[in-house]
Amino acid sequence: MKREDIRVLVMRAPGTNCDLEAVRAFEDLGPKVDLVHTQKIFKDKNLEDYDLILFPGGWSYGDYVRSGAIWAKECEYRIGPELEAFVESGKPMIGICNGFQQLVELGYLPGWEGKSLYPEAALGNSTHGYQSRWIRMRYDGKGNVGMMGGLKHGHIIQCPIAHGEGRFILPPDQREELLNRLYDQDMLVFRYVKEDGSYAEYDWPANPNGAYHDIAGISNPEGTVLGLMPHPERAYYGYLMPEWTKKGAPETYGDGYPFFKSIVEYIERKF
Amino acid sequence: MSRVTESSLPFSHHLVDLMNATEEELVEIKETFGLGLSLMELRYIRDHYIVREKKATDFELQTFDQTMSEHCSHKTFAGIIDTPEGRVNGLLKTYFKSLIDELKPEWCFSVFEDNAGMVDLTDDVTIAIKVETHNHPSAIEPFGGAATGLGGVIRDIMGVWANPIANTDVLCFGPLNYPYEKLPPGVKHPSYLYNGVVSGIGSYGNSIGIPTVNGATVFDEDYTGNVLVYAGCIGVLPKDQYKRGIKAGDYCVLVGGRTGLDGIHGVTFASLELSENSEEESRSAVQIANPIEEEKLKRAIKQVSEQKLGSGITDIGGGGLSCGVCETADTYGLGVTAYLDRVSLKADDMAPWEIWISESQERMLMGIPPENLEKVKAIFEAEQVEVTVLGQYNDSRHATIYYKDELVGDLVLESLFNPPKLHRTTNWKPESKLDPEIPEPKDLGSILKTLLASYQICSKEKVIRSYDQEVKGQTVIKPLQGWNAGPSDASVIKPLHDNWKGVSLASGINPRYGKIDPYWMAASVIDEAIRNSVCVGGRRWALLDNFTWGNPEYEDRLGSLLYACKGCYDTAKIFKAPFVSGKDSLYNESPLGPVAPTLLITSLGIVPDIRKAITMELKEAGNALYLLGVTKPEIGGSEYIRLHGELGGSVPKVDAETNMKAYQRLLDAMDSGLVRACHDCSEGGLAVAVAEMAFTGDLGVDIDISKVSVDEKMRDDILLFSESNGRLLIEVSAEKTEAFEKAMEGVAVSCVGAVKSDPKLTVTKDGKPVLEESLVELMKAWKTPLEAQR
Repeated sequence: MKREDIRVLVMRAPGTNCDLEAVRAFEDLGPKVDLVHTQKIFKDKNLEDYDLILFPGGWSYGDYVRSGAIWAKECEYRIGPELEAFVESGKPMIGICNGFQQLVELGYLPGWEGKSLYPEAALGNSTHGYQSRWIRMRYDGKGNVGMMGGLKHGHIIQCPIAHGEGRFILPPDQREELLNRLYDQDMLVFRYVKEDGSYAEYDWPANPNGAYHDIAGISNPEGTVLGLMPHPERAYYGYLMPEWTKKGAPETYGDGYPFFKSIVEYIERKF
Repeated sequence: MSRVTESSLPFSHHLVDLMNATEEELVEIKETFGLGLSLMELRYIRDHYIVREKKATDFELQTFDQTMSEHCSHKTFAGIIDTPEGRVNGLLKTYFKSLIDELKPEWCFSVFEDNAGMVDLTDDVTIAIKVETHNHPSAIEPFGGAATGLGGVIRDIMGVWANPIANTDVLCFGPLNYPYEKLPPGVKHPSYLYNGVVSGIGSYGNSIGIPTVNGATVFDEDYTGNVLVYAGCIGVLPKDQYKRGIKAGDYCVLVGGRTGLDGIHGVTFASLELSENSEEESRSAVQIANPIEEEKLKRAIKQVSEQKLGSGITDIGGGGLSCGVCETADTYGLGVTAYLDRVSLKADDMAPWEIWISESQERMLMGIPPENLEKVKAIFEAEQVEVTVLGQYNDSRHATIYYKDELVGDLVLESLFNPPKLHRTTNWKPESKLDPEIPEPKDLGSILKTLLASYQICSKEKVIRSYDQEVKGQTVIKPLQGWNAGPSDASVIKPLHDNWKGVSLASGINPRYGKIDPYWMAASVIDEAIRNSVCVGGRRWALLDNFTWGNPEYEDRLGSLLYACKGCYDTAKIFKAPFVSGKDSLYNESPLGPVAPTLLITSLGIVPDIRKAITMELKEAGNALYLLGVTKPEIGGSEYIRLHGELGGSVPKVDAETNMKAYQRLLDAMDSGLVRACHDCSEGGLAVAVAEMAFTGDLGVDIDISKVSVDEKMRDDILLFSESNGRLLIEVSAEKTEAFEKAMEGVAVSCVGAVKSDPKLTVTKDGKPVLEESLVELMKAWKTPLEAQR
């Protein structure tokens, strides 16, 4: 499909706050973006109008109970079948930060059974509490996640994290087994790395939250649902990069640009 | 008490007979209702009711109490002060508002008028800015006090229809290692307050999704009993959305959270001294925060603003509805009728006066023309925010307030807002103090590391990282610079997507100078706030003043306040930097005595093109390092003299004319692309500033201190650690030194060193070694203290 025909839905709930950066990134690339309150979507139930759904970061409903839990339950109850149909259709769905927490709570990530009845992973309390800082993450996918197809294996993205609950964990008794499945099914998309590109190996602050196996982002087995804690939308333009003044003037785009470009080109190509 | 009778109405309501009441009776009435009014004000109210030939209601007395509180009416800054040099007819008018008349800055859009000051960003867009204090509540309940302080100032920005885009916070605590046994009853330990305040600010700012981009954290013994929390916010607003014209017939509409029993008598509390019993007596004065409610409110108000559906707006803060409803009516020369039983409550059994003065958070008040009411309601409902039509504005010039169809208050707005002016006298003068004799140290390297590790200078990364700095994707220069997280002088925000213009946000604060001389403290912190802005390329500064002082009824507190105000006027005038907003917090006294007189200056500058902004870290080996300004033996109040447990007397002075000229030349050099890095010399002096530039950039530096411009010969330690104002370190590319020197002709600037790849800070004097330290060691000393603090 043509770029300008792509329709992106950025859904927001009370407490969502990273919606405008995401909207700005997609709009810059050409697609038409609708930023819509979750209550309106509950009424209209029009998910099929869109080619991509993005759940942005923030503190949906204050993240009381557990991050993303309230919004996920509400979505399940109000638009559960519509969401399922959307995922079934193979169109991409992305969650960043609070959106990632939301997708885990909804059961779409890791989503080994298509959709899990209960969360198979969790985003727990970070080891150093709430932190807002820049990190480096490495794209470790090998092709399963089509929307990241524009990135080369090993591509490193610098971007901020800002969360208190983002420590990716798997059930302790199945940890190794499930990690192997993530590898086998090419679902391990982003891992935290150090300055030299080597894995963080739990070194703080390279791994900012103590995430298991330095995991920053994963996909579902089909590669159509992607969740990550870091914020590439906050590194979209060159002037947002942390050391741009070293070069004198900022470049037009920052490290977040290839991430969004890859997504848009994938939809263009695939649908 | 015979003068008070309970009414027969089916709710709590009292009538008070003030006819010929004696002074003793007035005081008794005041105590019965928990009012904070002075005897002079009580007499004024009595006379008002004698003229009206009616009894007062408790509801009306509470309204007078709120609007006449120091917190709401700023009577010290409005009052008359007699001094040996003559009469000052209002500090605010004489020293702050007057600058607007004298400087006539055409870029000031709205100043000292509304909830926030507003200045031009472009021809069509303004930036609104406000900084508030929330000291007393934070001393009682640090998490809630700090969170609601930030929530309140964000609403001030929404209270001019603007969209909040960045926060600033400045916090002052007692030393974190203060001995527990020295704490008097009722005073909480600094480390408890520190943890509570920092997490309160983080919790609110992060949840509402506004980045905290600027601030400072100050530690001093004199804050042990009086913690200070300054919270600020800036917002952006297209000029044509600034609607300010409520008319008779417009609806008075309350939006946001529900009203409860939290924050009753908050402003009265803020205008009293803290005591051992404050916790028990005033806990209910602290409000409870709900940032998600304000996030929803912010989204809805932005839409009302964009669609221009309102005729006026204000924040419900200090004084609650009583101030908001009466003030909006009075501002537009109107009256108002309101029905309090329509207010949604979160507590049962609230008396009408409690609903009226509750300071429950996350509420705003708007004037809405009748034809827009349904549209406005729909916007708020879509955002899941409650809307209450309280009543309507009219031409009566009275506020007539009903509860369950009964009249509970009939207030004459003219009398409510024109209380008698305070009249005070002070003969206080700052005493001149001398520097003590300090032994000349042998190991300057270890002194430098001790200074870098002092609470005052050390990295505040742990605090800053607990706040989101990046949300909204507009933070161009961040509070922590680069991967090494060095201390930026100012932050730069890019508010508009389609415009390269930026705003710089910086602050200046130094209570230790104020203990020596409040006049020079004011001058110093203004120079610092402007100097910090210059470092990133900021100019055309608008200033905000936030005074935190002790009880102004004492002559010395009032006198030092007066001197600080004079310092503000004299200095700001030369920098052509008008004050656009301000706030004072007085009565900061605790069982440990008065707070250190503290003036926070915030500067809001313009960066014409953010692509030319400058950061503080060294960029490239081989470049030259210049020092702008003259170093003087000014160690009074310095961090260096503090190491010896002393305060000293040689407080840094400010030659504003010289500095203004130098800063302007430097900004021109920046615009011509001649500057690679720039960092300000403040606490810890030249040595600390060089060290910070070096370890942030991972580059070493050679400095020859015999090249430093001085006004008189001084010891090496004094030269390295003096805190003279007007000084900036500037890195210039090797091939551009000639052009830079030419651009700076006529200004005191000298090449003092060179950048090198060897990761060491090496200081020599005429070829002889003075100090050498590895950057790793220096950075470790600077980064460790707060990281290790639990």
